[in-house]
Amino acid sequence: MSDVVIQLDHVQKSFGDFVAVEQADFGIQQGEFFAMLGPSGCGKTTTLKMIAGFEQPTSGKVLLNGVDVSRVPPYKRNVNTVFQQYALFPHMTVVDNVRFGPKSKKVPKSEYEPNVAQMLEVVRLSEFADRKPTQLSGGQQQRVALARALVNFPSALLLDEPLAALDLKLREAMQFELKRIQREVGITFVFVTHDQGEALTMSDRIAVMSDGRVEQIGTPEEIYNSPATLFVAGFIGSANLLPGEVAGTDGDDTVVTLTAGPTVRARTDIIRRVGDPVSVMLRPERLTATAEARADGRSIEGTVSDVVFQGATARIVVHLADDSEVIASVITGTDLPFLHPGSSVHLSWDPGSAYMLAGWPRRPGATASDIDTLEELADS
Amino acid sequence: MSAPSSRGGRVARFALNAYAGLALLYLFVPIVWIVVFSFNKPKGNYNVAWQQFTLENWKNPFSDESLTNAFVESLKIAAISTVIATVLGSMIAIALARYKFRGSGGLNFFLVLPLTTPEIVLGSSLATLFLDWNVTRGFTTVVIAHIMFQVSFVALTVRARVRGFDWTLEQAAQDLGATPVRTFWKVTFPLILPGILAAALLSFALSLDDFIITLFNAGSLVTFPLYINGSFRVKFPPEVNVLASAILFVSVALMLMGTLWGARGRRKSTA
Repeated sequence: MSDVVIQLDHVQKSFGDFVAVEQADFGIQQGEFFAMLGPSGCGKTTTLKMIAGFEQPTSGKVLLNGVDVSRVPPYKRNVNTVFQQYALFPHMTVVDNVRFGPKSKKVPKSEYEPNVAQMLEVVRLSEFADRKPTQLSGGQQQRVALARALVNFPSALLLDEPLAALDLKLREAMQFELKRIQREVGITFVFVTHDQGEALTMSDRIAVMSDGRVEQIGTPEEIYNSPATLFVAGFIGSANLLPGEVAGTDGDDTVVTLTAGPTVRARTDIIRRVGDPVSVMLRPERLTATAEARADGRSIEGTVSDVVFQGATARIVVHLADDSEVIASVITGTDLPFLHPGSSVHLSWDPGSAYMLAGWPRRPGATASDIDTLEELADS
Repeated sequence: MSAPSSRGGRVARFALNAYAGLALLYLFVPIVWIVVFSFNKPKGNYNVAWQQFTLENWKNPFSDESLTNAFVESLKIAAISTVIATVLGSMIAIALARYKFRGSGGLNFFLVLPLTTPEIVLGSSLATLFLDWNVTRGFTTVVIAHIMFQVSFVALTVRARVRGFDWTLEQAAQDLGATPVRTFWKVTFPLILPGILAAALLSFALSLDDFIITLFNAGSLVTFPLYINGSFRVKFPPEVNVLASAILFVSVALMLMGTLWGARGRRKSTA
């Protein structure tokens, strides 16, 4: 495709015996806001460094606008990076920081000065042009780093955990600010984050990585609603993962017999044979609590063990027959009267809400950390 | 700090102040002595007993020709050796801080060695070497000897400064299209320059007042410290005090400038 800016072609990166990135093979489109998401040590930053030129792939190729740049040094690549701690030059003023790129590339002054002024305008720092970076707040420093990179009109802007150094309030404001700037300049943004909320809010597409492998690439909706692997399901949002076996099909749905007892129907994108071990993913907010079972195989019975009131919604922990625990987020008022610890309840869901994945989770039910968080809330 | 209220506390505090005062006195009396006696009009060849106040010595500090020659030689030696040692030492410091390489531990050891070896050993062994090689000792051998110990001082001083250097700044510069050479001159060098200047000042001072190593390798050359030592047997002219005081004033002025500059930089950065 002609509008692919960055192409990773079977890229592998090892440090000694340790494989940091395993067979990364994907393209990033022109004008896209692309996130690489995963826990620390998943290889996302190493991948970014290979695109920037600070690391060389052990095997495979990195293509920039169709040209193999795997062995090209960073100062000859038309990509720019916003570093996690910004790495602004402390001995230069803001405007000199922004001028550094074009000056290094020997762009004539008459040509770059309007761009420098325009970029300071875009990041709303024109009046701070003559300050030193240390005289600016964290958010302002971040915007200087953005202007300094964007003034070179790179093929792609690489952002390494761009919001990690900011406090929570500023981080939310900067998410929108980054989106606005990206729309305004129309440059491809590739950003690395460990924060799934950030990735879901900002990205056009997300590559979820774990242990050096790309687990799934897709839009935030695809990744949230149809995770490709158990890791993705557990890492993005909250998920209840119920193990079972394929029993057959019914129309578009697959019928699964759960270890916890009932036989349920789930939507899926994978092909499985009868008897295969699978998991059914149920998002807490897609579950409703009812007194009766649903007739169409879209409910499961359990016992309420905890209720945490959160205003408009309440989170309940429900104990299932196989001793696993699931979390449901239910609307208060309608469901709440019969929900108290010890009461029996049916959790049901609408067609399309249950999703089937291959394999069994290491721990059935809700993730341990979600359960812990809720129990802390319940105890307090 | 709140003032101690008990009697014992007051006594302890007085004792501490007195002790600090005595310590400062001990440090500064010789210096003050030198400065004061640069304004003395001595009777005879020895400027050791106070006679009367005069500005004569300061008006003609270079009246004693052999003293002046020695002083100029010392300045020349210090200037040349400092430039060479600063360049070499800074390069070692950057290499040590920037890269992990085979033998960097050994290099560290060899850097500290000249600082811990007694000067008499360094001086005499170097002199022996020059003798073995039939090198005539003089200006060049003194410069070589000074560079030898200055390099260690410079490398260790600059390394202390470079150790806290944020190397991602170099990555940032290269990311923005700067070649490694441009990255060094526009980013790395300006940021470590204060450390390099401090190291250069220190090694200049070390060269200027070095006696033992110089004595072994000077041959017939007479430097400022060698002249003072030699002249002491026949005379001790007040010009010695003048030049020594001048050196003192220049170094104090440089130190003050450095402190003010640093304070200004800090104030600006926190404004």
